Amino acid sequence: MNLVVCVKQVPDTESAIKVKPDGSGIIKDDLKYVMNPYDEYGIEEALRIKEKFGGVVTILCMGPGRAVETIRTGLAMGADQAVQLDDPAFEGGDAFATAKTLAEALKGIEYDLIFCGKQAIDDDLSQVGASLAELLKLPQVSLIQKLEIADDKKSATVHRQVEGGIEILKVSLPAVLTTQRGLNEPRYASLPGIMKAKKKPLDVKNLAALGLSSDSVGCAGSKAIITKYTPPPPRAAGKIIEGEGPQETVPKLVKLLREEAKMI
Amino acid sequence: MANSVWVFAEVKDGRIKKVTFEMLSEGKKMAEKLGGDLSAVLLGQNVGSLAEQLGHYGADKVYLAEHEALKDYTTDAYSKVIAELIKANEPSIVLYGATVLGKDLSPRVAARVEAGLATDCTGIGLDDNGKLTATRPMFAGKAYADISFSDSKPNMASIRPNALPVSPPDESKKAELIKVDVNINPDDIRTTVQEFIKAAGERPDLTEAEIIVSGGRGMKGPENFKMLEELADVLGATVGASRAAVDAGWKNVSDQVGQTGKVVSPNLYIACGISGAIQHLAGMSTSKYIVAINKDSEAPIFQKADYGIVDDLFKVLPVLTEELKKLKAEG
Repeated sequence: MNLVVCVKQVPDTESAIKVKPDGSGIIKDDLKYVMNPYDEYGIEEALRIKEKFGGVVTILCMGPGRAVETIRTGLAMGADQAVQLDDPAFEGGDAFATAKTLAEALKGIEYDLIFCGKQAIDDDLSQVGASLAELLKLPQVSLIQKLEIADDKKSATVHRQVEGGIEILKVSLPAVLTTQRGLNEPRYASLPGIMKAKKKPLDVKNLAALGLSSDSVGCAGSKAIITKYTPPPPRAAGKIIEGEGPQETVPKLVKLLREEAKMI
Repeated sequence: MANSVWVFAEVKDGRIKKVTFEMLSEGKKMAEKLGGDLSAVLLGQNVGSLAEQLGHYGADKVYLAEHEALKDYTTDAYSKVIAELIKANEPSIVLYGATVLGKDLSPRVAARVEAGLATDCTGIGLDDNGKLTATRPMFAGKAYADISFSDSKPNMASIRPNALPVSPPDESKKAELIKVDVNINPDDIRTTVQEFIKAAGERPDLTEAEIIVSGGRGMKGPENFKMLEELADVLGATVGASRAAVDAGWKNVSDQVGQTGKVVSPNLYIACGISGAIQHLAGMSTSKYIVAINKDSEAPIFQKADYGIVDDLFKVLPVLTEELKKLKAEG
C-alpha cells in the first residue's frame, strides 16, 4: 500500500514560548525543534501497515531547511522516502494555504492512505487534515485510536475517540486519517535506521517545482491571518491558604470558592 | 443574506450543547452591530423541537435540516448540507463550537466554501469595517494570536466551550423556522458508523467540563483516583490527569490534560498532586479558577493557582469532599 504521512517540525513541548515585544511573532532563537508529536503516531501506523501488507511509506513535510532533521528522524524510523516543500513563499500560511500546497505536492505521489497529526502543537489549528481531504475529495476520519485495513485494502475500520465514548466506523480508501495519542507507541529510530536514513531519497520542491503562484500559498494565499501575537493573559498572584491541617485549610478554601470565586 | 451571523447548533443526546448558547449570545451582539440577523443551523433527525430554544437564546431564524442520514454525525453528510446552505444564503460569519464534532466539521466546510477559519477561539469581535476578528491560543496557550480575515466571505471561527458568557434566555422570543430540503445520496457518505462504545459514567468531556478535578504523580496509584471520582461526584465535575499519571498507566490517554493531551478551560480546575510541568500548565491555565493541592510548596502549579493548599492530598481530599457534601445537603 502507498502510505503518505504529513509531518511538521514544531518547537519542543518543553519550550517556553516568548512573544516579540512588538507582537510581530515569537522569539525563535532558543527554540529546540522536534517532530510534531501527533505526527509520530502516523509514521508508526504507516510502518505497521507496510510491515503487514507491504508498500511504500512517504513523508511529506512543508518546512524550511531545518525541517530536514525532522524528515530524517522519520526516515530513520523506517519511512522509505520523503518530499520536502521548502520555499519562503510557503511561510506564514493558514491551514487552507498549507493544505493547498500539500495537495499540489500529492498530485505527484501515489497514496491509499494519508496520515496527518490531529493538530500541530505550535499553531494548534486542527484543520490541515480535513482541508487536505476536502481538496483531494477524500473522506476523512479524525482522532483515530485504532485502525484495521480490510483484506481487500479498499476500506478500513477505524476507532475514533469522541465525546462520551468510542465511535467505530468504516471508511472507504483512499482516505485522510488524523492521528492522536493512544493509536500506538511510536518506535525510536535505531542506529542502523539512522545510518540508512542518510541514503534514502529526499526530494525538495519549491514553489516553481509545484507550479503554484506565490499569491496562492503562504501568507499571501491565506484567508485567516495572524495580525498580532500576545503573551497569555497574566494570572493574578494566588493565595496559599494557611492553617493547621485540612480541618482548618479546607473550610477556608470552600468559603473562598463559594464567596469570592462563586464557583460552588 | 448579507451581514448575517450563523451559529452551528450542536446537538448531543437530544440536547443542544451549551457552547451553542454561548455562540448565540455573542453572535446576537455582532448581528446587531452589523444590522443583520442571527441564524442557527440545526441538523439531525427529529430535532425540530429544539428550534424553539435557539430562539430563546437570540436566533432570529433557524435553518432546520432533518433527514435520517443526519441522525448520526458524519463529516460528509453534515458538511454537504452546511456548505450548500452557505453557498445559497451567503452569511458573513459562521461560528461552530470547538468541540470534537465542530473541529471535524468546520475545516471541511471552510475548505469547500474557501473560507478563512480560526480554531478554538477564546474571543471574537468585529473590526471597524464590520469584519470578524478573533483571538485564539497557540502553543496550547503559551501564546495568543489576534486573527483577521481576508475580504472574501464568509469568515469562520470555532469557539472554545466556556470561553464566552451566555446571556439569559428570553422565552418570549421566537425564531422563524426555515425547513431545508436535504438531498443526500448514500454515495455521498463515505464513512458509516458501525458501533458506539459508550464510556462509563455520564460526565462531560474534559474540553467542555465546567469543573475538572485532576490528578498527577502525587496520586501514587490508579486506586487513589477513586478519591477524585468521589470529589467529582459532589461537584458534578469531570476527572482529568496529568501526563505523568497517564504514562504510568493510571488513567486513559483521553483523560490527559496538557499540550499533548486536551487543552481545557473549565470554570474551576482542581489540581491534586500535580507539580505543573510547562506542558500541563499550558493546557489548563485558561481555567477561570485554579486550585492546587500539593505537598511541595515549590511546585510550579502554585504560581498559576488562585488558591493553594500545601499539604498531603490524601489528608485534604476526604475533608474537602465531606465539606462539599455538607454544603450541598444544606442547599
